[in-house]
Amino acid sequence: MALSLGWHIVLACFGVAFPAMIFVVHRRGLRRADPVALGLARRWSKVAAVLFAVGAVSGTVLSFEMGLLWPGLMGRFGDVLGLPFAFEGLSFFVEAIFLGIYLYGWDRLPPRLHLAALVPMAAAGVVGTFCVVSVNAWMNNPTGFRIVDGVVTDVDPWAAMFNDGVWLQFAHMWVAAFMVVGFLVSGVYAAGMLRGRRDAHHRLGFGVPFTFATVAALAQPLVGHLLGLRLAVTQPAKLAAFELALTTEERAPLRLGGVLVDGQVRWALTIPRLGSIIARNSLTAPVPGLDAVPPDQRPPVNLTHLAFQGMVGIGTLLALVAVVYWLARRLGRDLLSRRWFLAVAVAAGPLAVLALEAGWVATEVGRQPWTVWQVLRTQDAAGPGSWLWWSYAAAFMVYAGLSVGAFVVLRSMARRWRAGQEHLPSPYDPADPADPAEAAEAAESVGR
Amino acid sequence: MSVQVAVAVAMFIGVVAYAVLGGADFGSGFWDLTAGDAHRGAAVRTLVDHSIGPVWEANHVWLIYVMVFWWTAFPRPFAAVMTTLYLPIVLALLGIVLRGAGFAFRKYAGSLRQAQLFGVVFAASSLIAPFFLGVVAGAVASGRVPAAGYGPPLASWAHPTPLLAGVLAVALCSFLAGVFLTADAARAGDQALSERLRTGSLAVAFGAGAVVLLALVPVSRDAPTLTDGLTGRAAPLVLLSTGAGLGTVWALLRRHHTLARGAAVVAVVAVVTGWGVAQYPWLLVDEVTIAAGAGAPRTLAALLVVVAVAAVLVLPPLLYLFALTQRQAARASH
Repeated sequence: MALSLGWHIVLACFGVAFPAMIFVVHRRGLRRADPVALGLARRWSKVAAVLFAVGAVSGTVLSFEMGLLWPGLMGRFGDVLGLPFAFEGLSFFVEAIFLGIYLYGWDRLPPRLHLAALVPMAAAGVVGTFCVVSVNAWMNNPTGFRIVDGVVTDVDPWAAMFNDGVWLQFAHMWVAAFMVVGFLVSGVYAAGMLRGRRDAHHRLGFGVPFTFATVAALAQPLVGHLLGLRLAVTQPAKLAAFELALTTEERAPLRLGGVLVDGQVRWALTIPRLGSIIARNSLTAPVPGLDAVPPDQRPPVNLTHLAFQGMVGIGTLLALVAVVYWLARRLGRDLLSRRWFLAVAVAAGPLAVLALEAGWVATEVGRQPWTVWQVLRTQDAAGPGSWLWWSYAAAFMVYAGLSVGAFVVLRSMARRWRAGQEHLPSPYDPADPADPAEAAEAAESVGR
Repeated sequence: MSVQVAVAVAMFIGVVAYAVLGGADFGSGFWDLTAGDAHRGAAVRTLVDHSIGPVWEANHVWLIYVMVFWWTAFPRPFAAVMTTLYLPIVLALLGIVLRGAGFAFRKYAGSLRQAQLFGVVFAASSLIAPFFLGVVAGAVASGRVPAAGYGPPLASWAHPTPLLAGVLAVALCSFLAGVFLTADAARAGDQALSERLRTGSLAVAFGAGAVVLLALVPVSRDAPTLTDGLTGRAAPLVLLSTGAGLGTVWALLRRHHTLARGAAVVAVVAVVTGWGVAQYPWLLVDEVTIAAGAGAPRTLAALLVVVAVAAVLVLPPLLYLFALTQRQAARASH
């Protein structure tokens, strides 16, 4: 499940953020009659076709795994937490339908109507994020039911869906999606510029996603901070692990890095008072420590701590990269002509993914040993263990295959685009390399 | 109608829609697989790309719809099926994943060799997925899933009814896809291709009929509750399905391709609905009824809200997508 989710979460980010970026580029192409922007939108829509297909199937894997791996969770709480999934199914429907319309609509639909097909896709991405995150927020803030003599009763699915944690967690994830996709896509074009391809196509392909990523990267610290403030009240054990706090302290320090070995914090850079300021918005408020948590309810501290600080560190670094770029631009310097900056921009993509995964590890591992906070332990939620390892190995191979397949296909698409083939006919027949319909399409668009 | 039954009906509509729409997409894999070598098969494969390319993802979502309704409305039976039938479910899932990815990768493959590799993955997994989904349906319908779950991993489905249901699912998918592709090829103006697919579809139709006849005796012994329903309450639907199936064959013989498409849809809708009607009121046959398996009443009411929203937000654009792709296919032929 962790593997599938960690893999799917990246593709889901594309489903959430990519339509908005395609929309901006496509709209620019129509408004300014800009062939570069239109060409970019057309290519991105083909990339989206591949990524969304893979995202659709990996999302399906997840929906099956909910039952296969977590029967104890779904059997008992399915009717509590299921409603947002039902709405997520709807938004996935809308996204898939309009993706079909948009992909099919090139050269077939009136341009404005065609462009408008992206709007429901982007909207469905927002709703879908909310719904999926809502379930995770419910696992952190379980509500909308009572347990009487071990039986779940008094179920209110709306209360469960709109639990206290959902809005901030949603905002955090939504913004993260724009960071990940923005930095990944702009990184691809930065790599192209590093190899000397500095045409308008590459500048636009860098500029639009980088702008999205900048806004997201600057908003994220604020959202993350607000989200973190809740933890002292809602999940003190997680906060203690994030902060590597062994004992509850007033005027708590911030421990940068470091690991817990034999009950001692080692190799941490300790900054006095900053912990209270960051975690509690106060100079004096106490930060809860692990001593307040019964030993059998403590999460794996080191992993949680390092993942959390990794996320924050990378996020801060990425925001800095964005600020430096726009400051330099204001001062009249174009950093896109500097190789060091392009190299940083290329690295920003994988780093954003790393931050995403680290944040996900931090929130999930930090909730252990609970699957549903203080309601259901992970060992009770999971299925029988005997075949889990086999399914894990099989899932790993399938995902590795999918990753390799997607990589090979996307790379070959990019290679053929660079070679000047715009329409990418499917190579089914050795005697007749051009797919007749695609060729007709090409002739048609040339004729315009 | 109680709220439990209303939600069960809404969920089952998703099953029927997935059987027809998703089934036709899966069935395309059969024609892709049997299309011959790269040169001979290129026309079929291009047609498959054009026919299912714009719609398969939307059609696939019906499965997600069924899954989320199932675990939200009927959580305990969901867990029971998942813990009992995990082997066929995992295999079906593998087929679904490889089908979708193989199809998308093939369309943008960089060379013939890549396209062939992805194509074989796409086509073979298109048959694996419906087979094991049929197995799951057959196991539920023949009363193999215990209410508490954790039934034996192999003995819960290695029986005549589940296995025949799997074969029947593959046959019906291939039949539907054959009829659809024949009509698509005719409308795109490729008569030679249409004729080739028409002959194949007739053969598959007779094959599917033979599977049904062969299945009668073993299934009636293996699944008495289901058989009672099929010969009793659901008998009109069974007859309708038979009639529509024969009508499809007639229409194919007379080359009324659009009529054949409609009749094939009726045949599949009737047989799948017949299964649902036959096993009513059981959710898991002989084990859990719809009323007993349902979750919290407020959740069921909320799901009906989801259905209403879906009717407003999802159905119109879905119909528009189908109309768009069909209309453009028609225009391409002129």
